[in-house]
Amino acid sequence: MANGYRIVIGLEVHVELRTNTKIFCSCANRFGAEPNTQVCPICMGMPGTLPVLNKKALEYAIKAGLALNCNIASFSKFDRKNYFYPDLPKGYQVSQFDLPIAHGGWINITGEDGQPKRIGITRLHLEEDAGKLLHEGTDAFSSLVDYNRAGVPLIEIVSEPDLRSPEEARQYLTELRNILRYTGVSDVKMEEGSLRCDCNISLNPVTTDQYGTLVEVKNLNSFRAVQRALEYEVERQAALLDSGCQVKRETRSWDDSAGVTRSMRSKEKAHDYRYFPEPDLVPVAVDQAWVETIRQDLPELPEAKRKRFMQDLGLPPYDAEVLTASQELAAFFEECLAVYDDAKTVSNWVMGELLGYLNQEGLDITASPVAPKQLGELLQLIADGTISGKIAKQVFVQVCQTGKDPQTIVAEQGLRQISDSSQLEGIIAEVLAAHPQVAEDFRSGKEKALGFLVGQVMKATRGQANPQLVNELLRKKLQ
Amino acid sequence: MGLYDMPINNLNKLIASGAVQATEVVEDVFDRIEQVEGKVRAYLTLNKEAALQQARRIDEQVAHGEEIDPLAGVPVALKDNICTKGLRTTCASRFLESFQPPYDATVVERLRARGAVILGKTNMDEFAMGSSCENSAFFPTHNPWDLQRVPGGSSGGSAAAVAAGEAVYALGSDTGGSVRQPAALCGVVGMKPTYGFVSRFGVVAFASSLDQIGPVTRNVQDCALVMNAICGRDPLDSTSADIAPPDFTSFLTGNVKGLRLGVPKEYFAAGTDPAVADAVRAAVDKLCELGAVAEECSLPHTEYGLSAYYIIATAEASSNLARYDGVCYGRRDEVRADLLEMYLHTRKNGFGPEVKRRIMLGTYALGSGYYEAYYLKAQKVRTLIRRDFEQAFQKYDVLVAPTSPTTAFKIGERTEDLLAMYMTDVCTLPVNLAGLPGISIPCGFKDGLPIGLQLIGRQFDDGRLLQAAYAFEQNTDFHQRRPQLDGTGR
Ligand SMILES: [Zn+2]
Repeated sequence: MANGYRIVIGLEVHVELRTNTKIFCSCANRFGAEPNTQVCPICMGMPGTLPVLNKKALEYAIKAGLALNCNIASFSKFDRKNYFYPDLPKGYQVSQFDLPIAHGGWINITGEDGQPKRIGITRLHLEEDAGKLLHEGTDAFSSLVDYNRAGVPLIEIVSEPDLRSPEEARQYLTELRNILRYTGVSDVKMEEGSLRCDCNISLNPVTTDQYGTLVEVKNLNSFRAVQRALEYEVERQAALLDSGCQVKRETRSWDDSAGVTRSMRSKEKAHDYRYFPEPDLVPVAVDQAWVETIRQDLPELPEAKRKRFMQDLGLPPYDAEVLTASQELAAFFEECLAVYDDAKTVSNWVMGELLGYLNQEGLDITASPVAPKQLGELLQLIADGTISGKIAKQVFVQVCQTGKDPQTIVAEQGLRQISDSSQLEGIIAEVLAAHPQVAEDFRSGKEKALGFLVGQVMKATRGQANPQLVNELLRKKLQ
Repeated sequence: MGLYDMPINNLNKLIASGAVQATEVVEDVFDRIEQVEGKVRAYLTLNKEAALQQARRIDEQVAHGEEIDPLAGVPVALKDNICTKGLRTTCASRFLESFQPPYDATVVERLRARGAVILGKTNMDEFAMGSSCENSAFFPTHNPWDLQRVPGGSSGGSAAAVAAGEAVYALGSDTGGSVRQPAALCGVVGMKPTYGFVSRFGVVAFASSLDQIGPVTRNVQDCALVMNAICGRDPLDSTSADIAPPDFTSFLTGNVKGLRLGVPKEYFAAGTDPAVADAVRAAVDKLCELGAVAEECSLPHTEYGLSAYYIIATAEASSNLARYDGVCYGRRDEVRADLLEMYLHTRKNGFGPEVKRRIMLGTYALGSGYYEAYYLKAQKVRTLIRRDFEQAFQKYDVLVAPTSPTTAFKIGERTEDLLAMYMTDVCTLPVNLAGLPGISIPCGFKDGLPIGLQLIGRQFDDGRLLQAAYAFEQNTDFHQRRPQLDGTGR
């Protein structure tokens, strides 16, 4: 789509930290409360009030930094970013300018060539969120402001300009979200605004190494929007460059319903934020021992888990990818594996039957009606020949619906597979008597005819006959 | 001597013994206010009903035989940039003309917990920006020693109220000399504690890295008692020091034997009134007579202090005052045009000229392209000034200097000459830049106007200043003189 151009993308991701209280006051950090009920004089920026850093927010920022392979600064500080807007009660945002809490990290994605590709993370810093403007039920001259979000702790994660396609950007975001979700520092829900993403994108002719003019894209409310907006920008900028025009350095806003980006403000008139050190807070000295404690506390992260699933359990990359998409799903898989240790079979059932069912019912893995142990036991029943795979699928649905254990369902409904040849021989005789012509066809070499006969036996046993055994017995009889 | 004119200690003892009721004290102070306030105009808001109520509580405690705190029942005035729950806190600005904080500043909470009786809120330069109280958006305060003259600033209302007997003591805030300079000009004691010793929570910020609350009293012992009440770590202020303050009254020994005094020559530069210089040198001689040893010393970077101060203070102020945007509280000029128009009108009409001037200066100093040349350089100067002091304190225990280069000037005299106005704080603001403690005590008079002696100490060595100040006070009588306001012969 952009032949002859190199695409250069960098992302700025804001993530709300899931602390109990806000970053500089003791108000609850809670999404979805009635407007202006989670506020106090401090987060409303009233005269004389002062911030006190929530240590948990610092801990979470460090945790996120470590999970993203960053260096944690032993000395860091806060700065004021000055600008006027009604959602910003103090007229400045407390942020970090030149000494962020973490820097120099990376995460891996799968590159275009299928090989792992390392995407650099320039920095990660801690700051406070602003409130939210509401325009419902107001006239053209007024707006309403909700300050519940003002002072919610945020981390801003800035990537290096290492991404080379909208698809890579989507992958980076997905991996970033997974990692942060694993660490538990955030809900990372784009629809609730706990993860927000701005993109920087430029195109330059492949004949040069020099970056093209940077365009910032904002107002991206889903991963899909990020990818679509970037794809749109690639087309737009390539068309401009093709026709000999210049790309303007500006900020553009994504209009999701129209599927286009629109100019917001040109960068020439950009804000001068007049950053300076926040005099109301003391610099942050981070003890190395504390950092190590937090590092010890990190869970196994998605990439390590994927590697283990492939190398130790022999799963294909696709399975490993799907199963590690969330920590809860991976845990489900592993708990199941503890009961029934054939990884590939468990993987097939989790990805197929389980995710299929959850998807159909609109449920999250955490709300699965089937316990991992139950699925493991079900697979055990197949393995020891108690039930057939086909019956197992029915049992699975019943476990989902009733919550009963697979063994109970099999026993109650007499679903146990008939593997006793003496029990089957009578039925086989009846089937052959009823279909003499088919039996004759088989004898005369029509291999297919056997399938029909097996089907008739299965039908007569309501699917409970062991199909392999039926097959053997029929062949013997027809010889 | 009326009750209103008594030291904290004596009043408190009378109240505790039941000899005098706290309500009587309050009534007496309000009588005094009624007599002289029309001339002095120290208060922006009076709080008589609540004060009487609080006094009644103290009287009940005494009646029940309960022990009361050394500050209980003693009436105090608060500078109007110190937030008081439910009591108007204006910063002498149109912007906050009807602002009632829903919280008490930590210092107020501490005073209340000790049974202090809050008389009202005192006048000041708008948002503490000024040295004469003339920048109040409401009215100027007059110096009780000469009503044609300024009381100094920005805590001019607090100093004038204490000098005129309209409060037993007061709190002010000192960003560049705003407690010490008006104390000097009004002939009372004013102290700026070490930065971090007193919580800034609830004190409306002017320049966060310089602001510090301090007592204004009529003698050094009162000052020590108030220091005992207001100093100490506050979890609500991240910059408050985690150091347990001493009992400041324990320094009131009267003994200065062997105390090493440094007299920085730069603090007697051109522009210093010779009478002020003489009074300060005489005070040094007095302290030496009492056993201290003194020599001249140098703080070589002093001359850069004023410039550095006006960059750092205005830079911080430009950001601190951004919150007055008409959105959440305070003044809003309803302009049915757009957001920018609302901001512009609100801030144009809400702030006085000096506040606007400083916001503009500070905004400029932080602007991209100027930050290094101004703000960063000023911070470097600040470091040099701090080092000057550190070096001096290797040799000396206390530095002695004038508080203000001159005595009180006439109202209107310097309003057109900003540099002259800014020079008023030249001897006090380096102390804020270095975060050190400083105290001003009366040390003489020129043509009936008080002269202030400034003592500067090491970080968290505030007690030593009180020690020297007390010894001086015990051997002089400057603190006992009172301004002659007509009809005060009680
Ligand atoms: Zn709050």
